[in-house]
Amino acid sequence: MIRVRVIPVLLLGRGGMVKTKRFADPQYLGDPINAVRIFNEKQADELVILDIEATARGDVDFERIEDIVSEGFMPIAYGGGIRNTDQCAELFRRGVEKIVVNTALAESPQLVSDAAARFGSQSVVASIDVKPNLFRQPRAHTHGGRKATRYTPVELARTAVALGAGEIMLTAMTREGTFAGYDTALLAAVTEAVDVPVIANGGAGRIAHFVDAVVDGGCSAVAAGSLFVFAGKDAGVLITYPSEAELAEQFWSRIDGTVVH
Amino acid sequence: MIVIVDYGVGNLRSIQNMLARAGFEATIARDPQTIAQATKLILPGIGRFDYGMDSLRARGLVDVLNERVVGAQVPVLGICLGAQLLGRGSEEGGGGAGQGGRAKGLGWIPMDVVAFDRRRLVNGEKVPHMGWTDTTPAPNAVGGAGALFAGLDAPRFYYVHSYHFACDDAQDVLCSARHGYEFASGVRRGHIVGVQFHPEKSHRFGKQFLANFAALGTAAETATSAAAAAGAMAVGA
Repeated sequence: MIRVRVIPVLLLGRGGMVKTKRFADPQYLGDPINAVRIFNEKQADELVILDIEATARGDVDFERIEDIVSEGFMPIAYGGGIRNTDQCAELFRRGVEKIVVNTALAESPQLVSDAAARFGSQSVVASIDVKPNLFRQPRAHTHGGRKATRYTPVELARTAVALGAGEIMLTAMTREGTFAGYDTALLAAVTEAVDVPVIANGGAGRIAHFVDAVVDGGCSAVAAGSLFVFAGKDAGVLITYPSEAELAEQFWSRIDGTVVH
Repeated sequence: MIVIVDYGVGNLRSIQNMLARAGFEATIARDPQTIAQATKLILPGIGRFDYGMDSLRARGLVDVLNERVVGAQVPVLGICLGAQLLGRGSEEGGGGAGQGGRAKGLGWIPMDVVAFDRRRLVNGEKVPHMGWTDTTPAPNAVGGAGALFAGLDAPRFYYVHSYHFACDDAQDVLCSARHGYEFASGVRRGHIVGVQFHPEKSHRFGKQFLANFAALGTAAETATSAAAAAGAMAVGA
């Protein structure tokens, strides 16, 4: 059985863990350490932790990140405010498995290529946030979605791979936090253009959406935020993760024969 | 004393944390003196092969490792890049196929490290191979002396790699996994063990695997092996 990775994305902000909707209105959820403990107990495949205030703040909170990742015995990727490869080395030393770059893709591409050369492409995830511009053309965004670039998602994905990124996390900003399902057209455009694994993100509301990301979107892994931190749309906070049996029955068995990896 | 070798490459704290969770204390060390006192060594590592080997050399650790592992027969576990370094060399950095090029390894296990053969990835499998993959232990890995897969039912581990082992001798294969095609995902020659996967990032499976390595050659391991052997005999009867 091919086990496609199912990845909770946790956002750090406001002194704790938050969840946004369409990249806005961060809602305070609680303590990220507690959340990671729960994901660890539930044996989540992997975690992505993004400090959405780090770029603006201009630093990486190493001690806080170490406190959080030391509770997780799965691969953990961290993103937010990374400006040089010494910071990457420090993150790896403290237990982070991969670094996630977003703003650096457009503003300091040298960091991406240096990190890939020093730590290997498999350690570098390019996070590409996508929103349509005024002419309804999809454009990649940086700075946590606040700044539009002139690149299409496919262009920035190709650039990221050329710089040495080993994986792409592709987020549809207008779907994020909506439970409406992934933007499979966006996913397919990028998965067809690059040959590194692409992680679908933004919009997952139920396990069936994971199937869409793989079958229609061609993705190698699926990520979600709200699905794993809320009991449902417009419902209260509940840290949750599907069981092995649920994933096998509702996800992995339904993608058999699909070209995924 | 279990010593995790710090040569500037890899997530040492995760390994130490997982060992602690499994009930074993481990020391992270970068100085030859501490490394020389180890009763078990763990060689971690992520990243490029040539960078890893250069880092070992730059820190003056190759001699002490050779002396302890090859001379004093101290058990060693290489993880990911640390496992690849156990071989002769790697295609990553131009030293593969036994050519002894720039990226020459420690040479403790007769193997090369080769890139995934993209011609054999016929279903569009991507490189790097990244994710949780069912892992099949070789028969001697389960119940034999030093049972590294004891207590592991249908194990799956987390992998992240673009290169894999290519052993001269099939006897050295500890376990295998499939990504497009079946490849050796673990190697073992006596007290020298290497795994491509990340036990420190593989939940209860990794915890059990690390505990099994930590118990190698101890009374607990002898008991486990005896129990496994007894189980095998009972099945045989």
